[in-house]
Amino acid sequence: MKAKFLIPLILFIGLVVFLAIGLNRDPHEVPSPLINKAAPVFEVSQLADANKTFSPVSMKGQVWVLNVWASWCVACREEHPVLVELAKSQVAPVVGLDYKDKREEALAMLARQGNPYVLSVFDGNGRVGIDYGVYGVPETYIIDKVGVIRFKHIGPLTMDLLNQKIYPMLTALKKS
Amino acid sequence: MKKIFLIGLCVMGLGSAFANEAAPLADDPVTEQRLMSISEEMRCLVCQNESLAGSRSELANDLRREIRILIKEGKSDDQIRNFMVERYGDFVLYRPPVKPVTWLLWIGPFVILIIGIAGLLAYLRRRNSSVPNVILTDSDNQKIDALLNSSNQKEG
Repeated sequence: MKAKFLIPLILFIGLVVFLAIGLNRDPHEVPSPLINKAAPVFEVSQLADANKTFSPVSMKGQVWVLNVWASWCVACREEHPVLVELAKSQVAPVVGLDYKDKREEALAMLARQGNPYVLSVFDGNGRVGIDYGVYGVPETYIIDKVGVIRFKHIGPLTMDLLNQKIYPMLTALKKS
Repeated sequence: MKKIFLIGLCVMGLGSAFANEAAPLADDPVTEQRLMSISEEMRCLVCQNESLAGSRSELANDLRREIRILIKEGKSDDQIRNFMVERYGDFVLYRPPVKPVTWLLWIGPFVILIIGIAGLLAYLRRRNSSVPNVILTDSDNQKIDALLNSSNQKEG
């Protein structure tokens, strides 16, 4: 008989647990359907030289990082030192995708803050970004040797994330 | 009160005058009609409580442009929906598709309703059977009549 009075309490605790989990999750982190799918192919001009193009096909055989950034993006500035660190470690090449930006402003930002990218491609109208499902810059993708997206991070990278997730993943992918 | 309301209206009018202009419509109203019907069913990923049709974010603008191109290419509504889902996942759809992962979402409320009805029926049945069904004997009836008569007399 006593147990009966506990039923609402137990239901309430269950509800609180669900709400607590729900409230602590970031609704802006939508799981990407592109994980474990081939990275979309594109061929667009490079940021530094409009006459040269870049295509992910040329990265076949190596593990690389694609980082979506823009000069107008505040969180990218916050992330920048972490990218410089990643580039310095030489674990994997970092390719930049300059998303919906102006060439001069993007180049000025790299000149001011340092350039962590082996090269940046220029996606002025955001068409490449759409194929990669970009909706909040910065976003970072890890692409493996056969050109499959293995990881995606939305929002600025942090040193913790670099050490705990990105480096181990890059090393593991390079071995396979 | 009325004054405050009027001032409010004026301020709101000013606000909309300074806001972004609506993106230019495609020349062809049929395309625009289809664009609206498709994008009203889709979530804008930047401002997640707005539909793609109603959002003024840059990304929503770009996506509407892409959808316009797809419509002009003669793609079907399903193909356009697939285009979006391939890039942004089921989250982009306001109506999640019925598949094993979403079964709980679709069927869950009905399961809870059935459990509730079953619980209610069980409770009602138990309550009915807990009220004792006694068959009154003749002597019981006489006692009752006597009691009723005596109370009637007192009132009278």
